Amino acid sequence: MKSKGQEMSLDYLDRQILQLLQENAKQTYSEIGAKLDVAHSTVYDRIQKMEQAGFITKYEAMIDPERIGVPLITAQMTITTDPKETENIAVKMTEFGQVLEVATSFSEELVVIAKVVARNQAELHSFVARSVAPLPGVLRIRTAIVTKKYKEERFSLGQSKRAVSQKE
Amino acid sequence: MVASSSRVLRSVMREEAFYFFTSIGNYTGQSAASLEEFLLKVKDIDLKSLEFHLFREDFEKWVAQTLGDSRLAEELRGVRVQKVAGNALRDRLYFLVSKRLKELKGFGVAR
Repeated sequence: MKSKGQEMSLDYLDRQILQLLQENAKQTYSEIGAKLDVAHSTVYDRIQKMEQAGFITKYEAMIDPERIGVPLITAQMTITTDPKETENIAVKMTEFGQVLEVATSFSEELVVIAKVVARNQAELHSFVARSVAPLPGVLRIRTAIVTKKYKEERFSLGQSKRAVSQKE
Repeated sequence: MVASSSRVLRSVMREEAFYFFTSIGNYTGQSAASLEEFLLKVKDIDLKSLEFHLFREDFEKWVAQTLGDSRLAEELRGVRVQKVAGNALRDRLYFLVSKRLKELKGFGVAR
């Protein structure tokens, strides 16, 4: 790990630690150290520095809403926007608790893409009709309700390595 | 209860406007902020949208709760109960709303 003032770059050991944390963030420093053949104090020190530098933003638990009795439907919204209002709409979308992800994209038109959850279709429709459609600059909305998920993962360092090796 | 004709005929805020969808979460981009505007949209909007909202009781709810016209709401409810569909639905809605608009514009107080 190289540190220069506020700037910090990751070395091979840091990346290995990050990959192991992504696989299981509940591992102890000793367990990680044993896998990488370094002292647990080294692991502790590296993780502290990566947290402080913002390479690790948070630790969270992935839960299954249905198993804990909160059945949710997930939907992918594509909001076609007036280009002058795209940014405002995207920011406004981030303020709604039902919205998990917001992004903008440009293909033929400027759109805001959002991942939304609701307890049922009626609640989803009510949210779209009362909170999203009235936003200034919304031209059209397409909402696709997810019926079956085949894969859901977050980006990991392991995936980026696999992607690089596939290109080669 | 029927509100005064000026209240029924007013333009509402964009949060209270009627937004036309074709299915759950799929907004056409068309909205109406007054009964007069609603009539214009009924004329051209996708039939799927009219059928979607009729089935959900959205027309009668908006007319009664937002515009305050329980009489027109009751007539719209009748259209739903009769399960009118397709172009007949568009024609029926257009007839009822335009007739009501004429009445409201002709009288100071809606009956």
